[in-house]
Amino acid sequence: MSTVKSDATPAGTVKQSKFKNTLNEMKRDASAYGMLAPFFILFAIFTIIPVTMSLPIGFTSFNMVQFPKFVGLSNFYTLILEDDVFLIALKNTLTFAVLTGPISYIACFVIAWLINSLGRTLKTIFTFVFYAPSIASNIFIIWQLMFSGDTYGFVNAWLMQLGIINSPIQWLTDTKYMMGVVILVQLWISLGAGFLAMIAGLQGIDKSQYEAGAIEGIKNRLQEMLYITLPCMGPQLLFAAVMQITASFTAGHVGQMLTGFPSTDYATHTINTHAFDYGFIRYEMGYASAVSFLLFLMMIVANNLIRRVLSKYIDD
Amino acid sequence: MKLIKRKKRISGSLGGDIFIFLVLGFLGIFMVFPFYFSVIQSIKPINELFIFPPKLYAMDPTADNFVELFRAAGNLWVPFSRYVFNSVSVAVIVTVTHVFIGSSAAYALAKIKFPGSKFANSLIVLSLLFTSNVTGIMTYIVMAKMGMIDTYFALVLPFIATPMGLFLMRQFMGQIPESLIEAARIDGAGHFRTCWQIVMPNVKPAWLTMIIFAFQGAWAITAQQFIYKEALKTLPTVVQQITAAGLARAGLGFAGGVVMMIPPLVAFLVAQGNIMETMSHSGIKE
Repeated sequence: MSTVKSDATPAGTVKQSKFKNTLNEMKRDASAYGMLAPFFILFAIFTIIPVTMSLPIGFTSFNMVQFPKFVGLSNFYTLILEDDVFLIALKNTLTFAVLTGPISYIACFVIAWLINSLGRTLKTIFTFVFYAPSIASNIFIIWQLMFSGDTYGFVNAWLMQLGIINSPIQWLTDTKYMMGVVILVQLWISLGAGFLAMIAGLQGIDKSQYEAGAIEGIKNRLQEMLYITLPCMGPQLLFAAVMQITASFTAGHVGQMLTGFPSTDYATHTINTHAFDYGFIRYEMGYASAVSFLLFLMMIVANNLIRRVLSKYIDD
Repeated sequence: MKLIKRKKRISGSLGGDIFIFLVLGFLGIFMVFPFYFSVIQSIKPINELFIFPPKLYAMDPTADNFVELFRAAGNLWVPFSRYVFNSVSVAVIVTVTHVFIGSSAAYALAKIKFPGSKFANSLIVLSLLFTSNVTGIMTYIVMAKMGMIDTYFALVLPFIATPMGLFLMRQFMGQIPESLIEAARIDGAGHFRTCWQIVMPNVKPAWLTMIIFAFQGAWAITAQQFIYKEALKTLPTVVQQITAAGLARAGLGFAGGVVMMIPPLVAFLVAQGNIMETMSHSGIKE
């Protein structure tokens, strides 16, 4: 420990006293660390360490039994240059990211906005109806039976009944339809916490703002939304964006449950499924880590882009 | 706490209101239909499940599928009550621990300025991105090295420190006036006591929300990659296994799905007002 007295010449000891200052502050706030510790220890072990370890382990060949062997960039080379399935997975993940992500995000806002203009009781009912699919456990499995490839599948039965098709369509194994069905189901479960945040954000907007807007010449609901509502909701818009990014980039589970694993011609294979494949089926943990790392990186980049776009709405 | 009042519309017409109602009603049917379908299928007797074209109602409703579900589950390797016990105890332990340590941490982040608080706060916001379904493989490696695979710890520990609940609580606590905390501090209460005796009673919507969200998450825990022992499996895993048996057990699958979806839906419905109040503070400002 340094023995610098607090009243010693300031010039030479600025650095040390600043350090000491911090130490003193830390001592003063010991209880803050005490209150954080239980959560942050678990958080570090199960979230921070796993996410940050994905890069170093991505540089190794690791089968869980032997000690990881350093292989440099070869996992990443293989991924990008040789692994054709990864390229399919990348394409599908980007499809989810640029299609279901934005569509579900806009749906969250538009539906929340429509719901918010209803009376109290209807608002409560519709909020519940639209939010329910995202929390009802694995109930989306029901879609498997609706799109089942035989005539017992509801969709096939009705389309045949109406004379639109003559023989059942293999919705979940024909590569022409698989992605469409999975996207539909992904959208069905996509109105989650971000959706609730948007409804709550809309409710919280000061109504005097709308009065002021009416005086300034706002004529209809659309103008009201563009010039008053949206600019007031920056923080909620950002929160919802984070939720939808997470959901769309990590898509894969739904496809895996509905179309099987591996799906026909990897038609619904995503990066998350690819990581699952190499991690839990082939136990090539080094390669799986490299895959995970790329996914984390893509999510952080998307997150930063959204922040930049929405920053004009966030003034505080 | 301020009540959320219904906002009066300045613009907009009755025609617009009716149009909005119709649009929502139409979309709502799409959202509800799979639930309706599951319930109807779960009360159809076996012969009605295979009628062409499928009917939208049960001609002869029966509880057979539910009875059969529990009977079939009773014939499993491990008694059904074991799975129920696993799921319920996992849900309770995860929820209680999450609320307890999450609220304490949220108080420290919202109300104490300490060296590193800025960093810890931004870490929480960033980590909202990383849910367990994307960190699974990396978490598996960490747990394997700690010898937790195939133990009760694997069912519980990875799911406690989820950032969402902490984040919502921190946001909600942020609007508790400093004066309230100052007063408690002057009376000699430490931070821990201030948090639990002064602040927590004032943030009821937030901890109710934490409870509901944590329960929803915990109720769905399968930890399939971390658990191989039959005796440690949870309800969703078992229901999934029964459903996976396909058409032969279609009725059972529907019954299982219905049983699984009820607790989280009811929990949300009960606390909906409080959850909406908490979500009004959910915005990310930094």
